[in-house]
Amino acid sequence: MFGIGLTIVGLARFQFAMTTVFHFFFVPFSIGMGFVVAVMETIYAVKKDKVYRDMAKFWGKIFLLSFAVGIVTGLIQEFQFGMNWSEYSRFMGDVFGAPLAIEALLAFFIESVFIGIWMFTWDRFSPGWHAFMIWMTSIGTMLSAIWILAANSFMQHPTGFTIAMMGGRTRIKLTNFGDVIANPQLWRVFPHLIIAAIMTAGVVIAGMSAYGLLRKKKGENHFFKVSLRYGLWVGLIGAILTIFAGDFQTQQMIKDQPMKFAATEGIYQNTKDPAPWTVIETIDAKGHKTSGEVELPKVLSLLTYHKTSGSVKGMNTINKELNDQYGNKKFGTQMGSELDFYPPAKTLFWSFRIMTLVAFIVLVFDFLGLLFSRKNKDTIENKRWLLHLLGIGIWVPFIGNSAGWFVTEFGRYPWIVYGLFTISQAVSPSSTIGSLLFSNILYFLLFTFLGGVMVWYSRQTLHQGPYFEDKDSKQNVDPFAKEAFGK
Amino acid sequence: MTLSTLWFLIIGLLFAIFVFMEGFDFGVGMSTQLIAHDQQEREAIMSSIGPHWDGNETWLVTAGGAMFAALPIWYASLFSTYYYLLMLVLVSLIIRGVSFEFTKHAETKFGKKLWMWTFFCGSFFAPFLLVMMLTSMIQGVPLNANGDAIGLGFFDVVNWLSLVGGVAGVLLSLVHGLNFLRLRMEGPIRDRARQLNKVLYPILFAGEVVFALLVIFQTDFFTKKPVSTTIIILFIVLFSLLGYYGVLKDREGWSFVGSGLSLSTVIVLIFNGMFPRVMIGTNGNSISIANAANSHYTLTVMTIVACILVPIILIYFIWSYTLFTKRINPKDNTVKY
Repeated sequence: MFGIGLTIVGLARFQFAMTTVFHFFFVPFSIGMGFVVAVMETIYAVKKDKVYRDMAKFWGKIFLLSFAVGIVTGLIQEFQFGMNWSEYSRFMGDVFGAPLAIEALLAFFIESVFIGIWMFTWDRFSPGWHAFMIWMTSIGTMLSAIWILAANSFMQHPTGFTIAMMGGRTRIKLTNFGDVIANPQLWRVFPHLIIAAIMTAGVVIAGMSAYGLLRKKKGENHFFKVSLRYGLWVGLIGAILTIFAGDFQTQQMIKDQPMKFAATEGIYQNTKDPAPWTVIETIDAKGHKTSGEVELPKVLSLLTYHKTSGSVKGMNTINKELNDQYGNKKFGTQMGSELDFYPPAKTLFWSFRIMTLVAFIVLVFDFLGLLFSRKNKDTIENKRWLLHLLGIGIWVPFIGNSAGWFVTEFGRYPWIVYGLFTISQAVSPSSTIGSLLFSNILYFLLFTFLGGVMVWYSRQTLHQGPYFEDKDSKQNVDPFAKEAFGK
Repeated sequence: MTLSTLWFLIIGLLFAIFVFMEGFDFGVGMSTQLIAHDQQEREAIMSSIGPHWDGNETWLVTAGGAMFAALPIWYASLFSTYYYLLMLVLVSLIIRGVSFEFTKHAETKFGKKLWMWTFFCGSFFAPFLLVMMLTSMIQGVPLNANGDAIGLGFFDVVNWLSLVGGVAGVLLSLVHGLNFLRLRMEGPIRDRARQLNKVLYPILFAGEVVFALLVIFQTDFFTKKPVSTTIIILFIVLFSLLGYYGVLKDREGWSFVGSGLSLSTVIVLIFNGMFPRVMIGTNGNSISIANAANSHYTLTVMTIVACILVPIILIYFIWSYTLFTKRINPKDNTVKY
């Protein structure tokens, strides 16, 4: 699958994909949760409505769980470039290291110091000042996203550099740091990602509140009602905005990475004019053919050019163009003249559709939720099907986030740095199948375990409810938790 | 001094701060299974670094990032050479990092025990393996012209010096952590920490002597820089003596400063001995700072960024410590997240 086999490159790629996807379950969720919890606490500080303090505390617990797993799984990312992709690190060090170091200096310190203060000082600061601590944490998480995306955007669309000999090696040389930060790719991905992150938090809060309402525990109704509506609003607004932000980002992709775009639309031949949009189709990636298309006329032209005419280039055409552009002019290792620039089209086509579908599912679910929980028509407790739907919906944005990242990263294939350096050039020469298999298995087991525990404890927190404070009084222990481990 | 040399020093400084700060975190983690008598005490000990551990670990992330941003050829060689060690360091840091949060949520005896042991094991193995890596690095590894350790042997990584170094790293961290607890705790734990340190310091001194002898015989530090290496080793011992003095005279502040500085001075020893190399190749392919460095332009950008941000970081970083100065008493039951 995805062209990953039991080779050194294949295993290194699998490890990167696996650890990144796992890390990225928690990253958008933490970014979103930090923000929405900060807003909750601010509402409390302004309106002095105690339910918002309870909300900030309760959802803050979920945030902290996610944040903890997010940080530790992020450690691997920083080490991994050197461990598995040493040639990449050598080639890209002049450009790539700076955003990572600045991310640590500017973002990681803020978030780690202020989250430490926030979690221990509920009774020490005034509500406003305490909210300030979580705002700093939230800003830290968003700054972190900017810098890591700045690094990633260079890989998608290199700017502000030349190729030069440095220390006896051919390397990328940074010529304009401003260009790296001003990379249009960065500023088109960033809104999409942040909005999707906030949407994720909204959906999870709504879903968990729905489960909370289903439990019908005394005294919790108001808390979960307010949380539910809060989550639904965040999710709904997020879903709408993320669709626009996604379109905004796609415009850049059409310009810089036409191959990726053609693959997400599953087009091998140039389309007719106006271009129809393929809803689903069967892709023969080896034969560069498609069949069984279900098409909507003119829609692709609309999506691509925001007008009802215009043909879209197919992958076959772009492959020829890329061959003309890069075929023999590649520096470093000499490559053959007939290169295969086709990205994994099936993965891209379906990931793109899943991602889009996710936004629309959230939109519909959250709209229904809001409709049935209006102040006057307050009947959502009786709509158990809807509450269950919202509960299951918790998982939906995580699928969407991963799918979105699949589009971004698989679509870069075969490049690790677009147009400059291929994935197979980048891997560590000292890597072995054995070392990679070992780390793959170890990380996989560890991550699955940690993810499972994180979900388990989130669930337990929900079962304990917002007014479960006293850990030491044993009467309050949820029987569910006792059964968990037997003893 | 060139910018690349400046960044070699900055990376050294970042590592020195990291071992000072995270050193006591590791020691505190180990203390949970050494001087605590029950779960309540273990959680109280853990809570002493609850607000700080993440910020402390960020110094390591920053040091790694700075290495990538300033001397990427070093970063690439070092990290790919010590693949297995770093993988285990990561596992240690991961299981340790999650235990803070997971402990709070554990409702069963098994859960509480589990997260305390992951906390302990992570806190033990992380310094052990990290110092092993550094003390293996100073002996040199077989590198090819590209800087890859293709023929790296088991004994290049695991040998007398690296093992003694790892143990010394663990001991220094433990002593440092106990000194931190003496500052932060109230009641019996504070006394127990001091009593244990009374026993540990003599062992530490013996370890430092063995370590110094191995450095003489297994590295080229003494042949290349006899004077500075000797002085620095003397300082390591001197700072440890200061810590011991604080233990004997019950002066906690001196102990803490002493143990922290002896940890940092180990980093000074390593960076001084390596200079101007960043990787020592046993078959002649050493990597120098100049060969590992980024362009002048990038280093200038990074220098400006660091000059602006590091002072700001230090201000709020230190401020965050001033918020948590009240001694923790496990009996108080105020140990809540």
